[in-house]
Amino acid sequence: MMAPLFSSKLLIVLLFGTLFGLILGVLPGLGPTTGGALILPFTMTLDPLSAIVLLTSIYCAGTYGGAITAVLINTPGTPAAAATCLDGYPLAQKGEAGRALGMATVSSTVGGIFSVIVLVFFAPVLAKLAYEFGQPEYFALAIFGLTMLASIGEGSPIKNLIAGAFGILISTIGKDFMTSIDRFTYGINELSVGIGFIPVVVGLFAISEMLTQSTLLDQVFKRVALKAVKLPSLDDYKKTWKTILRSSGIGSFIGVLPAEGGTVASLIGYSEAKRFSKEPEEFGKGSIEGIAGAEAANNAATGGAMVPTLALGIPGSATTAVILTGLIIHGVRPGPDLFREQPDFLYGIFGAMLIANVLFFIFGFFGAKLFARITLVPNKILWPMIFAVSVCGTYSLSQSIIDVWIMLFFGVLGFFMRRFGFSVVPVIIGLILGELVEGTLRQSLVIFDGNWLMFLTRPIALTFFILSFIALAFPLLRSKKQKN
Amino acid sequence: MNNVQKKKRANKSLPFFFKDEFKVFFVIIFFSTILLISTFTFDKVPPILNRGIQPATFPKGLLVLIMFLTTIIYYLSFKNPWKKEKKLPKPFFLTILSFILFVIISKTLDFFLAISVLSIFVSYNWGEKRVFYLLLVGIIFPLVVFIFFEMILGLRFPPGIITNLYYY
Repeated sequence: MMAPLFSSKLLIVLLFGTLFGLILGVLPGLGPTTGGALILPFTMTLDPLSAIVLLTSIYCAGTYGGAITAVLINTPGTPAAAATCLDGYPLAQKGEAGRALGMATVSSTVGGIFSVIVLVFFAPVLAKLAYEFGQPEYFALAIFGLTMLASIGEGSPIKNLIAGAFGILISTIGKDFMTSIDRFTYGINELSVGIGFIPVVVGLFAISEMLTQSTLLDQVFKRVALKAVKLPSLDDYKKTWKTILRSSGIGSFIGVLPAEGGTVASLIGYSEAKRFSKEPEEFGKGSIEGIAGAEAANNAATGGAMVPTLALGIPGSATTAVILTGLIIHGVRPGPDLFREQPDFLYGIFGAMLIANVLFFIFGFFGAKLFARITLVPNKILWPMIFAVSVCGTYSLSQSIIDVWIMLFFGVLGFFMRRFGFSVVPVIIGLILGELVEGTLRQSLVIFDGNWLMFLTRPIALTFFILSFIALAFPLLRSKKQKN
Repeated sequence: MNNVQKKKRANKSLPFFFKDEFKVFFVIIFFSTILLISTFTFDKVPPILNRGIQPATFPKGLLVLIMFLTTIIYYLSFKNPWKKEKKLPKPFFLTILSFILFVIISKTLDFFLAISVLSIFVSYNWGEKRVFYLLLVGIIFPLVVFIFFEMILGLRFPPGIITNLYYY
């Protein structure tokens, strides 16, 4: 399984990706999604396996890196580490930052490795099932993915649905892929080929975050002193092993569902840890179980999110949408055929994720103090530099200045979307799934001779539609229950 | 009374067209309507070549869905008003201005000059007054990025008054 990884080039890529991912995770506002999008143009110089190994190691390490900032400055380095702040920072304030980071490191590693095992066993099974899928089933699956995103994503489900529909709408810009008729191009030649994924991602994540940071310049971070990361004591292990395993399971399951996996997983992992705890009153005051619950879950979501990405070509999270783009631009088509034709490639990815989890444990354990210093780089220096890399990276893919302007447009749009409570993640997933949704719908209608009711005669498609309906009804029932 | 309630009450006292809920509703409906109208100008495929549905049908359906969902969130905001957002500070508008400057300079003068101007402008307006750091973000770093993209990725940047000095 690990054979493809025993090359010095891949190991260097893996080391670099893990280090880079940690740095991205530590810096509030950046993270594996933005970092992955920024580094995507650079991967063009690499072979497909090295490129995806780089992106996946950034994903694993970046998700963990958020915990360092969450514990030391009470600001999640990534949204997935938000729940870690709740107990990580209070524990650090008690002078136990090393213990808090030690638990975060161990539980992240266990969660990450657990999810890779889930990925290794579950992805081929899902891929095998996907052989039964025709166009109508893929259409129903994509609809299910989008409704799940609305249902279990952050914020208002209706706003998430609007954002998802908007993402699909963006994917319709350019020449219609079935008839070559221009749509929403307004005579601009550059728009005929459609809107690229990278300008939208970099705009929605990096540029909109730059604008957000411009509104937070008066914010002062108080960093808690860290002497060294400490491995959890035997007592800590006794207290948390069940929580770590439970959260690893929760995280892997949530990760498989198309949504902002890590963020939702860590919140559920945290609340379940509190529910099962013998000392729930300690949560929010520096509970070691709280840290373990959140961190195991968010890292477990990484492997989970890779399952639908590799097996079906449907991204399980925003970062896996970037990885999916990486696969596509390197000519690798995810799906069942990938499992049959390129098993070495897949085992390379699985192995890389496993090693990345071990590497970030080592780097996190010995280097957390150093990584924490990165947060001292002032925003007034950091963000102009990120802007320069964003602009050049976006330009480099198609060598088009229009892409840079599209990036700026989506940056401003993303800022206002976030300001008014619209998550930008559904836009990305909608954009990625757009062609699949429209293509499979139209091809299904050709098969069904235009009869929409024929969708209901396909058992798998019907199941996905029922699940979509449940996914949409669930938030309504939940809010009604909360009111009662 | 907690802060959220205070904010909600403050938002409630405004005339409806000043409220964030209406502004968002109006902007989405306005642009969706324009886009919806433009879908009627898309070419149609002759029935014999048409596979499934016309190219305009799918975007039309999406736009109607977006308008319908937007109406629902606006309707729901009567019961649960959104919390009022803080006013945007000056550095935000200066950053937006720097984007506009970037577009103008990259279009008329030079791509890298535009990056340098934006970097120095943003860094200065965000509070950096030390000349060395302004030079670092405005000249040294963009130069490193340029060399990296040019040499390692073999990228050719768009011509301009500074880029041409390197290429010719």
